[in-house]
This record gives sequence, C-alpha cells and structure tokens, in this order.
Amino acid sequence: MSEHKNHISSYKSQVIVLLSLIVLTVLTVTITSVHLGPFNTAAAMLIASVKATIVLLYFMHLKFDEKIYRFMVALVLAIYVVVIIITFFDNLYRP
Amino acid sequence: MTGNTSTQRMPSYLEYQGKYTGIRAWILSTDHKRIALLYLYSQLFFFLAGLVMGLFMKLELIAPGRQIMGPATYNALFTVHGLTMIFLFIIPGLAASFGNFMIPIMIGAKDVAFPKLNLFSWYLFVFGAVIVLLGIFTGDGPPDTGWTFYAPYSLKTNTNVVLTVFGAFVLGFSSILTGLNFIVTIHRMRAPGMGFFRMPLFIWSLYGTAWIQLLATPVVGITFLMVVADRVLHIGFFDPAQGGDPVLYQHLFWIYSHPAVYIMILPAMGAITEIITTFSHRTVFGYKAIAMSSLAIAFVGYLVWGHHMFTSGMSETARLVFSFLTFLVAIPSAIKVFNWTATMYKGSISLEPPFWWAMAFIFIFMIGGLTGLVLGSVSTDVHVHDTMFVVAHFHYIVFGGAGIAFFAALHYWYPKMFGKMYNKKVANRALLLLFIGFNVLYMPMFFLGFMGMPRRYYDYLPQFANLNLLSTIGSWILATALIIIIVNLLRAKKGTPEEMDDPWGGRTLEWKIQSPPSLENFEEIPVIDHEPYELIEK
Amino acid sequence: MEQNHVAHTDHFDPVASKLGMWLFIFTEILLFGGLFIVYSVYRFKHPVEFHLAAEELNVTIGLINTIILLISSMTVAMSITALQLGNKKLTMILLAVTLVLALVFLVNKYFEWGAKIHHDIYPGSEFLMSLSKGDMLFFGLYFFMTGLHAIHIIVGMVLLAVVFVKVRNGSVNQGRVSLLENGGLYWHLVDLIWIFLFPLFYLIH
Repeated sequence: MSEHKNHISSYKSQVIVLLSLIVLTVLTVTITSVHLGPFNTAAAMLIASVKATIVLLYFMHLKFDEKIYRFMVALVLAIYVVVIIITFFDNLYRP
Repeated sequence: MTGNTSTQRMPSYLEYQGKYTGIRAWILSTDHKRIALLYLYSQLFFFLAGLVMGLFMKLELIAPGRQIMGPATYNALFTVHGLTMIFLFIIPGLAASFGNFMIPIMIGAKDVAFPKLNLFSWYLFVFGAVIVLLGIFTGDGPPDTGWTFYAPYSLKTNTNVVLTVFGAFVLGFSSILTGLNFIVTIHRMRAPGMGFFRMPLFIWSLYGTAWIQLLATPVVGITFLMVVADRVLHIGFFDPAQGGDPVLYQHLFWIYSHPAVYIMILPAMGAITEIITTFSHRTVFGYKAIAMSSLAIAFVGYLVWGHHMFTSGMSETARLVFSFLTFLVAIPSAIKVFNWTATMYKGSISLEPPFWWAMAFIFIFMIGGLTGLVLGSVSTDVHVHDTMFVVAHFHYIVFGGAGIAFFAALHYWYPKMFGKMYNKKVANRALLLLFIGFNVLYMPMFFLGFMGMPRRYYDYLPQFANLNLLSTIGSWILATALIIIIVNLLRAKKGTPEEMDDPWGGRTLEWKIQSPPSLENFEEIPVIDHEPYELIEK
Repeated sequence: MEQNHVAHTDHFDPVASKLGMWLFIFTEILLFGGLFIVYSVYRFKHPVEFHLAAEELNVTIGLINTIILLISSMTVAMSITALQLGNKKLTMILLAVTLVLALVFLVNKYFEWGAKIHHDIYPGSEFLMSLSKGDMLFFGLYFFMTGLHAIHIIVGMVLLAVVFVKVRNGSVNQGRVSLLENGGLYWHLVDLIWIFLFPLFYLIH
C-alpha cells in the first residue's frame, strides 16, 4: 500500500456515471414490469449488481485506489456469497 | 538483543504523569498499554464473577434433587454464567488485553493506529457490560434462555431478554472497533523492515482474529436487533406463529457464534506459539505454515456454523456439508500442534512456568479438539447433543484452551508488563493443582454425557450421582488453584526492572525494550533487519 | 515527554483512516447482509405472498427516491473533486445540495411510511396480523430494513454536516481531504444498500 498521488475524478466523468446509473435504474423498472417469471428477479439482481459495481469502482474510487482495497472488497463479498449459498443448503433441501 | 537497556531508562508507562492524575490518568489515557490493563482488570473481574456462578451451579449438582436452588434460579444462573464468561471475559479475551499491549510493541510502533478509538472501544465494552448487568438485576429477572437466546423461547419468556440482548449488541460493537483498529495498526504501523512475514506469530493470529471480529460480529448484531424488534414491535422474524423460522435464528446466531470460538482460541494459539518458541530456544518450526494456518482457521471457521444445529431440523444436505467443512478445520489446527511439537524437538527447553502452562494448554486442547470430532460427525453428535458431553467439550476448548492460554500469556508477559517476577515455585505448583482440578471437574462430564445426562437441568437421575460428586469436588480444587495463582501474581515483587527486561531470553521486539515499557515503547523506532525468531548472539 | 506524547497521538495517516473507513463499511455490509439472508430465505418460502404484498408499495416513490440518492452520491463525489481542486465554495455548495437531497429522501420516506401506517399496515397491527404469514414477514422486513437504512441516512447526514462545518472553518481543506473522502465513502455505502433494497421490495412483479 504505497502512497501515490491521488487521482482526481473529473466532474464530467461523474455526470456520466450518474447518467448510466439512472439509465440502469429505469431499465430495471421497465424489465420487471414485463412478465418474465423467475427471470425478473434474476434480471433485477443482475442490474443491481452492475449498478453497485459502478458505484464501487467510480464513486467509491476503487478503480483508482491501490489493489488491496479491491482485493478486500472482493474477499468480503465472496465470503458473504458463500455464506448465503451454505445457508440455502438447508432451506433448499428441507423436507 | 544487546544491552540497549543499559542506556538511560525512561519512566515506565505505569509511572508516567500526563495531564491527568489518579484514576483519570487511567480511564482517560489513550496509551494502548494502559487500555490493555483496563481490559485485563475488567476481564479478570468478570472471570471471577463467572467463576463464582459456576461454583454455585456445581454445588447444586453435587447430589440429585434440589440442593441450594430451584430450576428457575438454575436456568438464570447458567445463562448469566455463560453471558459473563463468553461476552465479558473470553471474547475480548487475549486480543483486548494482551493484543492491545503487545501489537504495537511487537511490530515496533508507539501505539495503535487509532488510540482514541481504542479507548472508546473500552468504554463501549464497559457500557455494554453495564447494560447486561442491568438486564440481570432489573425488570422481571435475569434471562433464562441460555447465552444463545434461542428463538422462539427468547421471544416468549417474561425475563429481561431485551436489555441483555441489547447489551450484547453493544459489546459486539466494541469488539468490531477493536478488530478494525488492530487490522489498520498491523497494515500501517509496522516498523521499517518489518514485513508481513517478519511479524511474530502472535500478531498473525490476532490479524486473523480481527478479520473474524470484523466480518462475523455484525451478523449477530443485526440478529440481536431483530430479536429486540420481535419482542418490542412484534415483527415476527423468528416467531413461527407469524411465519418466522426459529432455525433461521440459529443459522444467524451461529454464523457469528461459531467464528466467535475462533475469536477466543486463535489469539490463544498465537500466545502459545510465542511461549513455546521462546522456551525452546529454537527458531519456530514452520513459520509460514503457522501464519497461514491462522488465516485458514479464520476462513474455514467462518463456514462451519451449522455443526451446532445437527438436531435442529436442518436439511440432511446441510448437515453433511457442515460436517464435512467442520472436519476441514481440524487440518490447520493440527498443523499448529505439530509445529509446536516440532519446535520443541531438539530444542534446549527451559522449564519455566509459562512453558508448563503451554504444555497444559496443548494437553487439554488436544482432548477438547479430539472430542470435537465426535460432535462434528453427524451420527455421533445426534447421540450426545445437548448432553453434558457438549458442556465438557466446550469447557475443554474455551476454558482449557483459551482460558488457560490467557493465564499462560499472563505468566509469560507479566515481567514485561509490570517489571516484576512472581514466585515461580508457587506458580508451578498452583498450575499442577489447576490441571488436576480442571480434569477432575470436566472429565467426568464426558462420561455423564455418554451415559445420557442432559445439560441445563438442576436435577438428575440417581445413577449419575457419583460422577457429579467427583466433578463438584474438582470445581473446588480448580477454584483453590485459581485463587493461589491470582494471589501469587498479585504478590509478585521479585527482581529489579532491569532484570525483567528479558527474563526468558525472548527474541521478539517486546524483550528488547525496558520493563515496564516507557510511554513511547521505543525512544527510536527500530529497523528490522532479521527474520522472525532468529537467534542472535548476545 | 508530554510533547512527544501529543506528537504521536496526533500523528495523522490518511491511508490508515481510509483503510479504517473501508473496514467499517465491510461491517455495515455484513450487518445488512444478515438481513438480506433473512429476506432471501423468507422470500424463497413465501414467493407468492411476497409478490402480492410488494404490489402495495408505490414504485414511483421508490424510483424517485432511488434517483435522489444516486444524484446525492454524485454531488458528494463532486464535492471531493472540488476540494481537491481547491474550490472551497463549490465543495460547500455540493455538500449542502447532498444534505438537502438526503432530507428530501427522508421526507418521501415519511409520507410513504405514513400512508402504510394510515392503511393500518405496520408491525404488530391488527390488520397485518390478519394477513398471511408471508405478508407479515414482507412488511416486517420492509419496515425493518428501510427503517435501518433511514437511520443510516441520518447518521450519514450528521457525518456530512460535520464535514461541512470543518470545510467551512478550514480544518478539512485541499491538503487534508481525508475526512470528506471518508464521509463520501459512507454516503456511497448508504446508496449501495438502497440499490439492492429498491428492486427487492418495489420491483417484485
């Protein structure tokens, strides 16, 4: 974690990030209003994950920070996903 | 390890006079060493309180039938005994006291990364403890749910669950902030040259522990809040009448509380590693293996919570998955034990009291660990679940493991922390007595469990009488030994501070500074140019 | 001696405080993570009831609030840029805009909750108790999770207000943006959680 000069995000890039987030939000509302069965939830979650990734990378600056932060975030999220999967070993297979 | 101490000695952190005096010099101090002692004293206080409750429980169980208390009192007693010992003594454990004291010194820093946050964590700890105590002494009586607060009973009982659970939430917050502080300290405050793989292994174990504190504690925090919400707002998260799933409560509870066992035991293992290395006068065997096994235990330990729930009605698949994952934890644990023995092999061992404590730890921890396999395997667990066998296993691990390591660390670092030596002969004899008392107290419980005596009852069938009597006698031996140990430490006055700078021939940084350390630990930040535990000619 | 002491406790390491903030964010993620586990288990058990109950929620208000939070996330990010470029005035304006947007979010939330409570839908209400178990769980989770999120909004507002004051009196400045950055990180976390809350509660069709 060596210190290096801070990256300064431009105003323009932040506006672009916001616009893409809003587009994705509108998209998710539109998609879920069409009846796709279980794919609705999958699509909504997928879009939410994309949005979250954008926020993490740009607004929360992970893209420009030292690798260790990205590594830590990935690790924490991975552990959390594994915990959910293991919990569902119970609920999926309960008689 | 040269005589850098022969240069002028600074006033120690115990004598140092800042802008405050008296008690305020302690409770307003942001010095990690003073905060460590605040933790140490509070923890020992709660330990003794828990001990007294344990003695009363054993007294009740001396013979079948009602002796000194009825069922309701007994229920409250085992709940409060568990809460005190777990949340107020052994979860802060070695990390809060010895970790706080030693992390900055062992990595060559003057303090932790956030000294004020450190003090704040202690205040949260005390605040949480006070809330728990209020929960015990006010309202409709102390909770009688067991320390696990299992729903739906914890939603239905009229006792004071809300306050106690909220207190536990606050304690969890304190634990999180301590872990956060330690991680940042280890990342940012290491002395020049102190790479990650030059850190003492105690630090590695605390690093793993801190991550568990950080990632597991919030889950139980929110679970406790949901219990409060269920009781106060009748939301019904865990109330079957409203669709809630009590088994889900158990999942969430153990997602924290199983890793919590590693919060207790990992620093203990780290301290034992330090002790064995020092007294074997050899470089530690398998440094990287021990360091990595700490992280492996932390990681795998996060995923095995379900082995507490084999009889809860969980699905067959989940039981097999959890059983499999549980056996995986045995691997890194065994790596540690084998490395300890390999470190001792051909070493020139000095038989000082801390070394004997470490030996007691390994012996008792092995019994605890191996009986854990009985509980980790589904088929045998179903047989002994909720019997005294579980109680015995638990105490072999948590008291015999983490608790004994706590006292081992206390005997090891005592000269460093206070600049005095206790009476070693008394220490050794008291340890022998403790060892006997411990096994007489808990060993019979394994047999009682196998014979079918359930836990958490104030009464039992006549055929269990003899072993229970033996166990109660063991509790008296154990208590006597503990009193001797603590009095012996309190009366310690041997040796001059100069002699205590490095009484054991230790090779980690804390033995290269004066005893007790000065406020700043190091007048000049050391530069590390050698591998960990390297033997350096005097 | 005393001076030394002051010197080392006042030692300021921006990387350490940022790392500390990230670690704190991890605990927040796991805190909400516990709730998301509860949500997914109960939704798995009561898919139809969750679906029907979600129809009660107003997608428009949810959408508006989502966009408000997204914009506020941008303004906070911009305020960091502004401070890094040394534009103190713009920093303060952007922080003020963020706080106003947060307030609007809360006001919307207030009316939304108010409408539910007006229709006798709140935890423990007689009407809710007469509904199916899935309904009870859905609304229980709805109030608990959005409520906890609202508490985080309030905490974030307090944090940003403190930063605002410190920017004004100059103790947070171009050379020392750490506190603003950390406040920003916390604010983005609040946004992040809402990004998942919104589809999970409002968009089950």
